[in-house]
Amino acid sequence: MATATQDPTLPGRRTARPGGAGSRRTRRRSPRLRRASLPYLLLLPAALLELLVHLVPMLTGILASFKELTQFYIRDWSAAPWRGLENYRVSVDLDAPVGQDLLNSFFVTCVFSVLAVGMCWLLGTAAAIFMQENFRGRGLLRAVFLTPYALPVYAAAITWAFMFQRDNGMVNHVLVDQLGLLDERPFWLLGDNSFVALAVVAIWKTWPFAFLIVMAALQNIPKELYEAAAIDGAGIWQQIRKITMPSLHPINRVLVLVLFLWTFNDFNTPYILFGDSAPAPANLISIHIYQSSFVTWNFGTGSAMSVLLLLFLLVVTAGYLLVTSRGRKTADV
Amino acid sequence: MSSAPTAPPRSFLWARAVFLTLLSGFVLVPVFVMVSSSLKPLQDVSGRFRWLPSGLTIRPYFDIWDTVPLARYFANSVVVAGVATVLSVIIAIFAAYAVSRYDFPGKRVFTVTVLSTQMFPGILFLLPLFLIYVNIGNATGIALYGSRGGLILTYLTFSLPFSIWMLIGYFASIPRALDEAAAVDGCGPVATLFRIVIPAAIPGIVAVAVYAFMTAWGEVLFASIMTDDTTRTLSVGLQGYATQNDVYWNQVMAASLTVSVPIVAGFLLLQRYLVAGLTAGAVK
Repeated sequence: MATATQDPTLPGRRTARPGGAGSRRTRRRSPRLRRASLPYLLLLPAALLELLVHLVPMLTGILASFKELTQFYIRDWSAAPWRGLENYRVSVDLDAPVGQDLLNSFFVTCVFSVLAVGMCWLLGTAAAIFMQENFRGRGLLRAVFLTPYALPVYAAAITWAFMFQRDNGMVNHVLVDQLGLLDERPFWLLGDNSFVALAVVAIWKTWPFAFLIVMAALQNIPKELYEAAAIDGAGIWQQIRKITMPSLHPINRVLVLVLFLWTFNDFNTPYILFGDSAPAPANLISIHIYQSSFVTWNFGTGSAMSVLLLLFLLVVTAGYLLVTSRGRKTADV
Repeated sequence: MSSAPTAPPRSFLWARAVFLTLLSGFVLVPVFVMVSSSLKPLQDVSGRFRWLPSGLTIRPYFDIWDTVPLARYFANSVVVAGVATVLSVIIAIFAAYAVSRYDFPGKRVFTVTVLSTQMFPGILFLLPLFLIYVNIGNATGIALYGSRGGLILTYLTFSLPFSIWMLIGYFASIPRALDEAAAVDGCGPVATLFRIVIPAAIPGIVAVAVYAFMTAWGEVLFASIMTDDTTRTLSVGLQGYATQNDVYWNQVMAASLTVSVPIVAGFLLLQRYLVAGLTAGAVK
């Protein structure tokens, strides 16, 4: 990104040097120069914005994680005293409540992500494969399936919160009154069940994205492959196993990673379902850090936790890409 | 598979029917609850749950505008999401054009950096960005914190990485021969972008715009911190119904539906572009 502001003149100058004098040549230099710097000009707005909204804040956050940044220093955070690694020590100190809560939240988030990613991938892939072949009502069904993804997350989560109410909610009405599966009305948004509620809402909201991506990927599989397989006597299940699934490998690699990063960083779903403070079994890490920062106004510790989260995601992503690209050249981007 | 000479076996048809039916149920039940509850009188939603209204009413759809300043939230969301989308798409087009058509030092650094910002937890840069906006405001008087401008600036970068990535793929699929023909006709690079590449990439651009708008329309985390009473967007404003002493669930559902219908309708109308864009671009 830094190169965007340094390099543009170099290639242009080199091309303009050989040659004689004359006003035509100097005029000629400028379009050449412009051509060399054009890509940088085109990239400049994107680079500046990424710098302002992502990279500078990220560096600031790393800096803040070494400071004692409480509400007294918000107005002028450069004056906040340095704390060294104290914020990190507090965050990972498992003998104190702060560290224990963070660890608990981390575990909850890991289980939640694995579950949600697995289910979203499964539902999305199965639905896309079942709908690969045309049948009556396919277009309508596709629109239905994409609806949860299109709904704004807050509208979806509020509706689920309405359905998960203990006394008057639809879920308990079905489970207790209509099916008689349970004797007592359980709480869904408090206690252990809150994890189930959170997972259901997240899966409901996210699986259509997997569906969308796999559906698009399926259209790139050449028809001839299936025709050849059919001539060789392969049934449809075999075609799915031998042709469809292997063809989806490259896209699955990206899809699973994206789904993982989304669910791991998910803030919106728990925030709408539970508000500022989620119950411990559904206390996803983003909510936890949000609460430790904005509710208690301790930005230093919050930043340290965020940095730890980022480091974890970096390691997981790098490891994942390394493992999945074994034997294959990474020719993405 | 569509041209397979033999019809799929029964086991496949049964599995398909069962799976798709169950999945439709899972998807549709909340939608049904939302619609039916928004048409119920208040006593239906404050007592035991019932699937159908005891009497149909559209009163909730009138009341929602008075319980909270929904019209203002709506206007804020339209302005923020609309402007963020337009800017994000323009910026992404330029960036993707540069990457797909030129070789230059730093190209790889750029694409990798932009893509990896997708990975950052929003919470990591929420706090610093909040501090930066506050400090910019104190230093220059430009109010970013609490203003629509600050939110627009933030949101447009959220959709940039995906938009750039998708458009790079899409632009790359447009034959270079078209560019070269345009160059022979005397078009400069910028003219080529506007006359050749953009018209050929309309589906991809529409897809990216849909994505950008949805991202901005649905964002909660930054909206909850970066807005005040006058600039509040729907994502935060809708929670206002729940903080009333009595929650008017029929109004909550009516409001949820009202703010969802434009975006869902738009998405479903344009989804084929999204699929086409993904097929041609990102999902190689």
